Amino acid sequence: MSQTIQDLPGTGPAPQTGPGAGARPDAKSNNPGLFRMLLRDKFASAGAVILLLVLLTAAFGPMLMGDLATRQNLLFANKAPFNPANGWEYFLGSDSLGRSVLARLVVATRTTLAVAVPAVAVAMVIGSLWGVWAGYHRGWRENVSMRVADVIMSFPSLLLAVVVLYVFSPSAANIVLILALTRIPIYLRTARAESAELQSRTFVDAARTFGARPNAIIRRHVIPVVTPTILTLATLEFCYVMLAESSLSFLGIGIQPPDASWGLLVSQGRQYLQTAWWLSIFPGLAIVITAISANMLAAWLRIATDPAQRWRLALPGRRKLIVRLKAKESK
Amino acid sequence: MTALLDRTVADRPAALEVRDVVKTFHVSRSASGNNRLRALDGINLSVGRGETLGLVGESGCGKSTLARTLMLLEKPDSGSVTFDGQDPFSLKGKDLLSWRRRVQMVFQDPFASLNARMTAGDIISEPWATHRGLHRTSREREARLAELLQLVGLRASDARKSPQEFSGGQRQRIGIARALALNPELIILDEPVSALDLSVQAQVLNLLNDLQQQLGVSYIFISHDLSVVRHVTDRVAVMYLGRIIETGTTEDVFERPLHPYTAALMSASPKLDPAARPAERIVLKGELPSPLDPPSGCRFRTRCWKAQDICAAEAPRKRTAAEAGRTVLPMPALRRPGLPVEHLAECHFPLAVPAGPDAARE
Repeated sequence: MSQTIQDLPGTGPAPQTGPGAGARPDAKSNNPGLFRMLLRDKFASAGAVILLLVLLTAAFGPMLMGDLATRQNLLFANKAPFNPANGWEYFLGSDSLGRSVLARLVVATRTTLAVAVPAVAVAMVIGSLWGVWAGYHRGWRENVSMRVADVIMSFPSLLLAVVVLYVFSPSAANIVLILALTRIPIYLRTARAESAELQSRTFVDAARTFGARPNAIIRRHVIPVVTPTILTLATLEFCYVMLAESSLSFLGIGIQPPDASWGLLVSQGRQYLQTAWWLSIFPGLAIVITAISANMLAAWLRIATDPAQRWRLALPGRRKLIVRLKAKESK
Repeated sequence: MTALLDRTVADRPAALEVRDVVKTFHVSRSASGNNRLRALDGINLSVGRGETLGLVGESGCGKSTLARTLMLLEKPDSGSVTFDGQDPFSLKGKDLLSWRRRVQMVFQDPFASLNARMTAGDIISEPWATHRGLHRTSREREARLAELLQLVGLRASDARKSPQEFSGGQRQRIGIARALALNPELIILDEPVSALDLSVQAQVLNLLNDLQQQLGVSYIFISHDLSVVRHVTDRVAVMYLGRIIETGTTEDVFERPLHPYTAALMSASPKLDPAARPAERIVLKGELPSPLDPPSGCRFRTRCWKAQDICAAEAPRKRTAAEAGRTVLPMPALRRPGLPVEHLAECHFPLAVPAGPDAARE
């Protein structure tokens, strides 16, 4: 993370930090230390702003563009993007039915997040709590948990999804459940490994000598250390889950049209890839940008919440950026 | 018999009594096909109130296992531990918590024993999260925290700092403050100064001494640094391969060791004063034997220069200094006048002449 910051010049997404960052200090003034540190890292703040935009789009987008997304105009079919003559609705082009790609992208944001966020959250919470518990207690609990994880991982997840979603209806809730179930072992293994190492540390022994209960020790000493790792993993998983959802949609058992998700848009646009590249490239970009932003923020969060590494965010080399930001705000 | 002899005083019963504690670990098979490692092989100890017992011995002799057993981190296979007549291994729930409150521990490594993600204040007040009855209101806790910080020589404002911002000595003070947070009666100090540099060692040792004067706590001081042990302890127990081979007052053990191993240990410790140095050091040959295959009879015989056939055949019983053929002057110990302490060693041929410069010439 720090390497990328050193390697890249301060162009790219940095300009976006200005307005977005200026709007938020009041909201988070109860924790100025963390927020100030976020401002110092331009990539993390860019990631935060982009995620905020995505969330706002998911919240208000369908309200504003719902009609536009379903309005067909066969005269405007397969228009290329970036042509101002077509009007702002068709700025990102149109599909074979003449629907605005921009509007469909905006409307799909909500469906995508509504599937990916709960799926990642459920898998993360269950998997990491289970893993932390198994790793702390060792012995048979650890062995049983690991074998269960092996069974889930060795079972083809797509096959499992197909079976489950054919038997039950392919509703969003079922998709979330099946995606969460197949991704639990990832968190389980990571959390178990860290927790097994932590439970042999001296400060955990010290807590045992006070008579602290295992659950209290897990809560106080194990979870805070494991959380940043798990969060970073979760942002990577976010990308995977979005793509898995799109492959389910492609098989016809995921999100059902007329609903749209980014993954579904990618797979629907694939057959027009040679004639209308924008149909799958833009939803694909949306997935990539969202995932990268989440990852940037998580990587920053990992450093910021670790007292041993926090100094890295306070290096004087970053001062320039803060001065420039302040100058912008004052204008 | 040993129980009677090892007792410090009849009228002031010992706070902590350890009787015949055995702890075996299962490990991968050694060359002789044995997979049971006897880390503790019949340990007998007693610590009086307000007393400091030193526990010395080579690395791997079982000092830390003993400490972990006393803190209930390991369960002994047999034998008993009693503190004030209570056996912690038979206690449960509330009784066990109140037992734990009375016995606390300071760990060796001040860097590993503090959670880097907590502030010093959180670390010191952590025991109160389990022992909720101790300080009920947050105001009481704040006051006690400030008091503890002041007691160990830190500022009240230090409570908000994280462990990384402290030096090694300050971190060890935090560890001591945490051990004191429950007002214990006995603190086990597992090499509390071995990770610190010399000037800081002195600070921490003086702090421990002051705390004992103020609070009247007992210490079990585990160390391999003999000069430190000599400085701070009232009584010393010498451990070798999971057994305590010699006990006595610090002065007796250091000045007039009975067991050849103790004599070798004492002569190995460096001394600044050339006059106090032995003319010839007793240099032990060979390594500490593996506790997986301890020697038969006396455990020290493989490295002992006085070993004879009987040493291999029979485990030596405890002998007092008088039995070893010494004239023992009824000299009261310095720190606790009027309390005679037996000087015992497990050896077939205890050193009759006080070891020192002369002993080495034999």
